[in-house]
Amino acid sequence: MTPNDPRTALLPERDIHKTPVMECRALGIDFGGLTAVDDFNITVAPTEIAGLIGPNGAGKTTIFNLLTKVYKPTRGAMFLNGKNTKKMNTIKANQAGIARTFQNIRLFKEMTVLENVLVGLHNEMNYNLLSSVLRFPEYWRSERIAKGRALELLSIFNMQDDASMKAGALPYGSQRRLEIVRALATNPCILLLDEPAAGMNHSETDELMENIRKIRDMFQIAILLIEHDMNLVMGICEGIAVINYGKLIAKGTPKDIQNNPVVIEAYLGKELGNADSH
Amino acid sequence: MLYVAQFINALQLGSIYALIALGYSMVYGIIKLLNFAHGDVIMVGGYVAIFALAAGFHPVVAVILVILGCTALAIIMEKLAYTPLRTAPRISVLITAIGISLLLQNLAQLFFGARPQPIHIPFPTGSISIGAVSIAYPMIITIGVAVLSMVALNYIVQGTKLGKAMRAVSEDTQAAQLMGINVNSIITFTFAVGAALAGIGAILFFVRFPVVTPTVGAMLGLKAFIAAVLGGIGSIPGAMLGGFAIGFLEVIVNAVGLSRWTDGAVFLVLIIILLVRPAGLVGKPMIEKV
Amino acid sequence: MNRLGIKTPARYAINATLIIAFIYWGYVITQGGMLTRAQNNIIIQVGFFIILAVSLNLPAGYLGQLPLGHAGFMAVGAYIGALFWRSGILSGYGSVVGGLIAAGIVSAIFGIIIGVPALRLRGDYLAIITLGFGEMIRVLIMNLPSITGGAQGLQQIPRHSNFLVVYICVIVCCLVIHMIMKSRHGRAILAIRDNEIATESMGINTTYYKVMAFAVSAFFAGVAGALYAGTLGILVPSDFNFMMSINILMIVVLGGLGSMMGSIIGAIVLTSLPLFMQGLNQYRLIIYALLLILVMIFKPSGLMGTYDFSMGHVLEKVGGWTMRSKKEGGASDDSE
Repeated sequence: MTPNDPRTALLPERDIHKTPVMECRALGIDFGGLTAVDDFNITVAPTEIAGLIGPNGAGKTTIFNLLTKVYKPTRGAMFLNGKNTKKMNTIKANQAGIARTFQNIRLFKEMTVLENVLVGLHNEMNYNLLSSVLRFPEYWRSERIAKGRALELLSIFNMQDDASMKAGALPYGSQRRLEIVRALATNPCILLLDEPAAGMNHSETDELMENIRKIRDMFQIAILLIEHDMNLVMGICEGIAVINYGKLIAKGTPKDIQNNPVVIEAYLGKELGNADSH
Repeated sequence: MLYVAQFINALQLGSIYALIALGYSMVYGIIKLLNFAHGDVIMVGGYVAIFALAAGFHPVVAVILVILGCTALAIIMEKLAYTPLRTAPRISVLITAIGISLLLQNLAQLFFGARPQPIHIPFPTGSISIGAVSIAYPMIITIGVAVLSMVALNYIVQGTKLGKAMRAVSEDTQAAQLMGINVNSIITFTFAVGAALAGIGAILFFVRFPVVTPTVGAMLGLKAFIAAVLGGIGSIPGAMLGGFAIGFLEVIVNAVGLSRWTDGAVFLVLIIILLVRPAGLVGKPMIEKV
Repeated sequence: MNRLGIKTPARYAINATLIIAFIYWGYVITQGGMLTRAQNNIIIQVGFFIILAVSLNLPAGYLGQLPLGHAGFMAVGAYIGALFWRSGILSGYGSVVGGLIAAGIVSAIFGIIIGVPALRLRGDYLAIITLGFGEMIRVLIMNLPSITGGAQGLQQIPRHSNFLVVYICVIVCCLVIHMIMKSRHGRAILAIRDNEIATESMGINTTYYKVMAFAVSAFFAGVAGALYAGTLGILVPSDFNFMMSINILMIVVLGGLGSMMGSIIGAIVLTSLPLFMQGLNQYRLIIYALLLILVMIFKPSGLMGTYDFSMGHVLEKVGGWTMRSKKEGGASDDSE
C-alpha cells in the first residue's frame, strides 16, 4: 500500500501492536439528498496525536459530530477500543471514552470555571439524590475529592486562580483552554479538539502546542484535532488525514502531506496548483 | 344528509382556524416566535367591529376597519415589544408574548367590561338548497373568503419579490441580511399579513359565534396554534391543512355527543402529533447545528 | 475549599436556629389572635405560593425550560390531598402528613408521565405541550364528577392548612431544592440550561435530569395544591386554569428566573400586594402584564437576578468576618 492510500493505518511505532483507540470504517452521512461525509476511514492509536485538516466546509466538524454521536451515521461503523459504537448516543459515547471541545465554544457560561470542570467530573462522583438532599458523608467526601481533582486539572493550564470566575467572563483563549480541561475531566481515552488554536496569537499557540503534548504524556491518551494553523498541525501531529468535499483525499505523516500534490491542489485550487508546478 | 351538513359545518370552522393558524405559522417560520398574543388580536378585532357598527359605519367599512385595526395592533406590538428582544433568549420572548396577551385581555376588560357583548355583523342571510341539504350563505361565504385569502397569501409568498424576501429571511436571517434584504421590515410585514388574516378570521368567527369577551381570543388562538403545529409550523399549506383538521375533529367530537371533551380532544391531538411527528404533517424536521 | 469565614457546621447551625425562630414567631403571631382573618389568610396564601414559585423555578429557572401547566400539577395534588383527607384513612397529624405526601407523589408521577414525552421537545413546544396537559387535567377533573365533584366542586375538605403545616412545607421545599441545586445533580441541571449538547458530551444523562427536575417540581406543586385544598375547604376545577399557571410564572419571572430568593420575595410581594392596593385592583393585572413585558425587555434576569440569599453570608458581612471583600454572585458559591 502506498502512503496515500486512505485505508492505510498510520500508527506511531510505539503503538503498533495495540488495539487502536478509535477506528472508523467507511463512515458516511447524508443530509437530505446531500452527502456530507462519505467513505471516511481513519485509525487513531492509543497515544497518538492526530490531525484532521481540510478546506472550510470540507466536513471536518461533521466528522466530529459523527464520532461523538451528535449525528447518527448513515453508513459505516466506528469503533472505540475495539467496541462497535453503533448503539451509542452522545452520552454513552462519552462514557465509553470520547470527549470533545467545540468549534463555537460551548461552555456553561453562567457557571464558574470550577463548576464547569465539576460538571465534567459528574460521573466520577457517585452520590445519589438522597445523599445530596440529606448531605450524607459521601456527599462531602465526593465533593471534596472532585474539587481537588478539578483544581488539579485546571492547573495544567495554570487556571486554578480563575476557579471562581464566571466561565463566560473569561478571555477567549482561556475559554478554549477551559473547554479542554472540562473535556479531560470526563476521563477520556481519546480527546477531540475542534480548532483549539482559533483566535489565539502566535505565542499562545506555541504554548497550546506544548500543553497538548503535555496532556498526551500525562494522561497517555490519544488526541485528534481539527486545526487551520498549519504550524500547529505540522508541529505536533504524528498522523494527518486530509478531507475535501466530505471525502478523505490523503493520509500520512506531516512530511507526506506537505508534499502531496492532491492536498496542495485542494487547498490552493486547481489552477494555482498547476501554475505552481510549472 | 346530516353528514353533508356536518361536513360543510366542519369546513366553515376549519377555514376560520386555518386563517388564524396562518398568522402563527408565518411568524413562527420567520422569527421562531410563538406569538401568544395572536389570538387576542382577534378579540380586539371583535371590539373594533362592535364600535364601528355602533358608530354607524357601513358594514364593508367596518370590515375594513377591523382588518386595519388588527394589522396596526400587530405592527405596534412587534415594534414595541418584540423588536427589542430580537437577540434575547427564546424563553424571554415567549414570556413577553404571554405578557402582551395578558395586557390586551386585561385592557379590554378594563375598557369594555368582562360581560360578554353581543356582536351583530350584517351578513347575507338565507340559504341555498342542494337536494335535501340546505347550506346557509354565511357558511358558503366563510369558506369562499378563507379560500380566496389563502390563494392570495400563496401568491404573495410564492409569486412576489416580497414573498421571496420572506422566504429568504425564514431560511437564513443572516444570509438574507447580507443579500441586502431589510430583515426588520420583512418581519414587520409578516406580522402585518398574519394580523390581516386574523382580522378576516375575526369577522368570520364572530359571524358564527356572535359574542365578544376579553378572553375570547385565548382558547381560539390556542386551538389555531395547535392547528399550525399539527400542519407543520412555518409551513403555509400546513397551517391550512391543520386548520381544517382541527375543524373536522371538533365537529366530529361534538357530533358523537362528547361536546364536553372537545377541548380535551384538541389537546390530545397536539400531544400525539408532537410525540409522533413533531415536525407536523407537512413540515420538515430540523437539524440543529453544532 | 470553604473560602468564606464561617465554617460549614456553624453555618448550618445558624440557619437552623433562624428557621426555628421564624416558625415559632409566625406560629405565635398567627395563633395569638393578633391578626385579622384576612391577614392570616394572606400569610397562608403566601406560603403555598412560595412553594409553587420555588418549585416552578426548578424547571423554568434552573433547567431553562418553560412549563406552562404548573396549575395542572397543583390541581392533581389538591384533589388527591382533598380526597385523602375526606376519606379519613388516617387521623391527626398522620392524616395531614399522609395527605401531603400522597398529593406530592401522585403529582410527581403525573410529572414523570408528562415529562418523559414532553421533554423530547424543546422550548416553545414544551411550553405548549405542558399547557395542553394542564388543560387536559382540568377537563378530566371537570368530567369526572363522581370522583371530583365536577364543575360544582369538591366540598367539605378538612381544613388542615394552618401556619405550622404550610410553613414547614415551605421550608422543606426550599431546603430540598436548594440542596439538590448545590450538588452534582444541580450542576447537571444548570449545565443543561447553559448548553444541552455540551452537557450530553460530558456523558451526563440529560433526559434523566430533565425528568427529575420535572418530577421534583410536580411533587412540590402537588403539595402546594393539597395545602390550597386544606386552606379553602372547597375545590372547583376553574381554580386551576391557565391563569393560575401564569400567575405562578409571573412570580418566578419577576423574582428572577433561577433565583430561589427571587421566587420567595416575588411570592410574598405579588400575593400580598392586593391587600395594599385595593383601590387599584382593576389595574392590578394590567400592571403585572406591563411589568412582565418591561422586565423581559430591560432586565431579563428578573428583579432579583440570580442573587441567592444566605443568612450565613449576611452575618458575615454584618460581623465583618468576610475574608474577601468582594465575592462573585451568591449563586456561584460553592459552600452553603
